[in-house]
Amino acid sequence: MTGTVPLARRITGHRLFWPAVVLAGLLLLNLALTDGFFSVEIKDGHLYGSLVDIARFGAPLILVALGMTLVIATGGIDLSVGSVVAISGALACLSISGLEDQNSVTGVLTAVGLALGLALVLGAWNGMLVAVAGIQPIVATLILMVAGRGLAQLITDGQIITINSAPYKLIGGGYWLTLPFGVLIAALLLALTAFLTRRLALGLLIEAVGGNAEAGRLSGVNARGLLITVYAFCALCAGIAGLMISSNVSSADGNNAGLWIELDAILAVVIGGTALTGGRFSLGGTILGALIIQTLTTTIYTIGVPPETTLLFKALVVTVVCLLQSPAFRARAFHRRRRPAATPAPADEKVEVRA
Amino acid sequence: MMAAFSPAVLARRAAVPRKYVPVLVTACLFAAMFAAGGVRYEGFVTGQVVLNVFIDNAFLLVVAVGMTFVILTGGIDLSVGSVVALSTMISASLLAGGSWPAPAVMVLVLAIGTVLGLAMGAIIHYFEIQPFIVTLAGMFLARGLCYTIGTESISITDPTFTALAQTRIDLFAEMWISPSVLIGLVVVLAAAYVLHYTRLGRNVYAVGGGEQSALLMGLPVARTKIAVYGISGFCSALGGLLLSFYMLSGYGLHAVGMELDAIAAVVIGGTLLTGGSGYLLGTVLGVLVLGLIQTIISFEGTLSSWWTKIFIGLLLFAFILLQRLISGRSK
Repeated sequence: MTGTVPLARRITGHRLFWPAVVLAGLLLLNLALTDGFFSVEIKDGHLYGSLVDIARFGAPLILVALGMTLVIATGGIDLSVGSVVAISGALACLSISGLEDQNSVTGVLTAVGLALGLALVLGAWNGMLVAVAGIQPIVATLILMVAGRGLAQLITDGQIITINSAPYKLIGGGYWLTLPFGVLIAALLLALTAFLTRRLALGLLIEAVGGNAEAGRLSGVNARGLLITVYAFCALCAGIAGLMISSNVSSADGNNAGLWIELDAILAVVIGGTALTGGRFSLGGTILGALIIQTLTTTIYTIGVPPETTLLFKALVVTVVCLLQSPAFRARAFHRRRRPAATPAPADEKVEVRA
Repeated sequence: MMAAFSPAVLARRAAVPRKYVPVLVTACLFAAMFAAGGVRYEGFVTGQVVLNVFIDNAFLLVVAVGMTFVILTGGIDLSVGSVVALSTMISASLLAGGSWPAPAVMVLVLAIGTVLGLAMGAIIHYFEIQPFIVTLAGMFLARGLCYTIGTESISITDPTFTALAQTRIDLFAEMWISPSVLIGLVVVLAAAYVLHYTRLGRNVYAVGGGEQSALLMGLPVARTKIAVYGISGFCSALGGLLLSFYMLSGYGLHAVGMELDAIAAVVIGGTLLTGGSGYLLGTVLGVLVLGLIQTIISFEGTLSSWWTKIFIGLLLFAFILLQRLISGRSK
């Protein structure tokens, strides 16, 4: 079936085609406005350039969006990631600020372990509320979203904790083998997730729970355990992102760290073609979505959009991306192929997306 | 089996239809919370405390009514908080200009909110984009428009607005309400009438129950879906007007996060986010519960800002958990 479809149609029909076009468009816009936007050079032994910056500053969002993808694939949503970002950064910084020697590697590792452990507990708590207590995910995670901000401020005692620790700085602001360390962490976690969900059955089980929970249950999927795991994983990703964000600025701000990152993460997931109703998900799409959002932020700075109108600009781009992605819009706007009424499953939905 | 003795089962035996159970449970828990507050704080159990909850949350009530329509169709509207802020901003800046009379400003604000909502509904329906994302873009748009109008807070000195803000409507026994509460109650009654006694209301429930089935039954799905976002936009704009009466100022940072309060109120009231099931009375109770939580916090008095957040989270958690346990598992 797919063999008879022309190559061009197969490319434009791929569900990641339009997000990729938007990303390319944004990057080209930047290239036109800034000389040498694409140039990547090695300075002081590490990579340096605008593209590297996009990847480096985008790494926390990629991580949060990665966890969010799995949660959304189960038909849920996690509003608490922003608070978890703040909590994990706050706990790690608090623990490091209490050290005799802030540069001790074991001390930093303990702090990181504590922070991620707490993130896992918080995620499991979300999962319990959803899977065991049966509360609607948006409300279940809203509780932690509200209380978690307070918890983060409680940890920092309402102050901004500033630290001076070289090993901790590495997580978000450092480089390893010329590459930004944060990007490496994100890539590693992405590879791990892709392996677990695409090579093993885990992805199938998640899609089963999200697609049709009842059918999943009847075919023997342990939805309860799976949901708790997925929410815990999402919080873990948010926790790591929180470490990166606080490490990058060497301080923890319980009030503003990760504020509204949940909306950006959900946006990234949806731009990447995963439906909020659950079921099929695309890790590659999420990465594209997160990169689009980060590039958009960079673009806003490079082309000098006045701060008052940044939100208008963002609204415009989000609308354009979503319209381009909507088959209904493309059919109306471009008057191309009439809608294939006879074929229940259009060819583009059969393309398997591998992360 | 605990479930056999749960009030949900008892309620069914006592011939209360199952569909009313979530609303009833919310009502009982609200009463229990009120009583607990009365035990803990002196001067808590008075009629005026309840009326104050209405006075302080009239705008949220109106916004949540609009949200109920959207959620009943299985959609969601994240733009409401920003539209509220935009409405306060437009009213304040036009009134400050001096050339616009207050009634014209109100009509214009309501029209803008409705058109914004209708536009989002049309995009959601005709281009088949998820409501979450379209209304998120609407949220950015409205908030962005606020900042474009001005980044500073603009105070309102117009006589009509200040009169509406300061009028006290005296009830019996030294209790009073504000005109905003009356407007809020009128909106609730009108919305309840529309939902339960008109074709539009039935279509809303039908679309929420199953869009495909509604379409096959020949119901006007497109019109209904676009209409609910229009209603939500109208309610947000009206909520914005009520907030400008309450605050007597327009500011781009008003009502940040109000969409979550509105969604929480609707869901606490027993409406399912998947659509097709829920009542307006539940939403009213949901708003009352959120308002009562704030009242308890203010009676508690000495909480620091972070303990306040944690406390709100805990109360919300306790409430929702009890609600789930009492109404029992569906299926």
